[in-house]
Amino acid sequence: MAYSDKVLDHYNHPRNVGALDKKDPNVGTGMVGAPECGDVMKLQIKVNPDTGVIEDAKFKTFGCGSAIASSSLATEWLKGKSVDQALAIKNTDIVTELALPPVKIHCSVLAEDAIKAAIDDYKTKSSATAQVGASA
Amino acid sequence: MKFPIYLDNHATTAVDPRVVQAMLPYFTEFFGNAASRNHAFGWGAEEGVEKARKQIADLIGANSKEIIFTSGATESNNLAIKGVAQMYAEKGNHIITAATEHKAVLDTCKHLEKDGFRVTYLPVKGDGSVDLDMLREAITDKTILVSIMYANNEIGLIQPVAEIGKICKEKGVLFHTDGVQAVGKIPVNVIADNIDLMSITAHKLYGPKGVGALYVRRKNPRVQLTAQMDGGGHERGMRSGTLNVPGIVGLGEACAIAQREMPAEMARHRALRDRLHAKLATIEESYVNGGMEHRLPHNLNMSFAYVEGESLLMGINDIAVSSGSACTSATLEPSYVLKALGLGDDLAHTSIRFGIGRFTTEEEIDYVANKMIEVVEKLRELSPLWEMFKDGVDLSKVEWVAH
Ligand SMILES: Cc1ncc(COP(=O)(O)O)c(C=O)c1O
Repeated sequence: MAYSDKVLDHYNHPRNVGALDKKDPNVGTGMVGAPECGDVMKLQIKVNPDTGVIEDAKFKTFGCGSAIASSSLATEWLKGKSVDQALAIKNTDIVTELALPPVKIHCSVLAEDAIKAAIDDYKTKSSATAQVGASA
Repeated sequence: MKFPIYLDNHATTAVDPRVVQAMLPYFTEFFGNAASRNHAFGWGAEEGVEKARKQIADLIGANSKEIIFTSGATESNNLAIKGVAQMYAEKGNHIITAATEHKAVLDTCKHLEKDGFRVTYLPVKGDGSVDLDMLREAITDKTILVSIMYANNEIGLIQPVAEIGKICKEKGVLFHTDGVQAVGKIPVNVIADNIDLMSITAHKLYGPKGVGALYVRRKNPRVQLTAQMDGGGHERGMRSGTLNVPGIVGLGEACAIAQREMPAEMARHRALRDRLHAKLATIEESYVNGGMEHRLPHNLNMSFAYVEGESLLMGINDIAVSSGSACTSATLEPSYVLKALGLGDDLAHTSIRFGIGRFTTEEEIDYVANKMIEVVEKLRELSPLWEMFKDGVDLSKVEWVAH
């Protein structure tokens, strides 16, 4: 199967590979997929608590080239967006941008799931800290 | 070095230039129909076919009359299994095969199940071999055929064929073997191994695609087959159709070359394979799939944990190999052969098969090894599983959010 130039570019030069401190209350971590399914994505965001803007995003992915490209692209798109804007990213946007063939659409779905999971985690954590703050 | 490097010789092989030379006259000069008995064009073609029949028979210890030409091993497997099932249906309706067979055998058996036959799919041991005691126990008075491949196309495992043949002979059951990956690569002898039927294809031994053969024993016992195509009654009535004379001549020449060069070629392949294995074994968390003891000398199949196979192939895109991970559908199905060995889906997804061939050089092996080491390292930097493994997380205990 031939890969699109954009998939190849992300595969060869993945953006924002790495890890953020899981324990930081401003960091949200999402991990989706399973090794036995052949893909696992870990996506992290760091949100500025004052502005609600995603200042940093990192990923690591075990999966095919399209899965790597989908998560790499997701981190690029996340940076500078507000949490609400980030929630609006759809897997179909990723499919279009990377020209993914039908058999690789699940990679984009996984990336969307990873974004949502990271935001969920961030929201859970920040509401917990807010409560702690209120009761103190 | 010429790129891409071809290390997928279990999928197919390049045609040896000597084979091409042998075939050429049969396209133009001796283009006759081998069944034309009354003129020189027919005789010339027939001569080429009969020479090839002898070359194939010699390679496997058979008699020329026992070689039936087909379009390849898919057809040979179909003809052998369906042909026996239908011919001996009155004697019994039970067939035994193994879980790691090629689809051309497995799907043929599934087809027969729909026709009312009963099929036992034997599990295999960790190295990929069938358990001989299990085979013995599986044979009943209704069993008419055992079909177990000589050597596996993914992990290169060589089955204990001589022992299987002996058991089948003792029990009076016919023994078919898919010899595709073994014939021309390692010594195969249908007499010593008590083989009754054996499938061969030219394109795996440096011959052309679309031509193959089925060995059908004529003595002790005389095996009969129900033809699967109706027509002119060629090939002793077992396989109708005008013979593919150039292809057959190519298959014959390929067998003759393989027979002459086998000892040297096996030693060379083994040395290259062991060299590749030694270098790749330096990669942390790398595993050989299948055993090393009963293995084709030109095969290596390894898993590189925490790195998905398809992304690995993408990183080594100047090297042609294949992966046991097929990330081509929503349900990612890793290789059923590796799963039959007891390999978890996670490791099966990280497997790569290397098939060394006649034209592989040491320089290529070194390039492939270095490139593999580099790409595995790069992808592990990217792998959340590698990160967790390095942090001491037990991945089997993680609750994955499967999709
Ligand atoms: C073990 C085995 N059997 C059968 C076949 C099918 O052979 P052919 O391509 O000649 O139909 C192959 C090759 O794909 C094979 O590896």
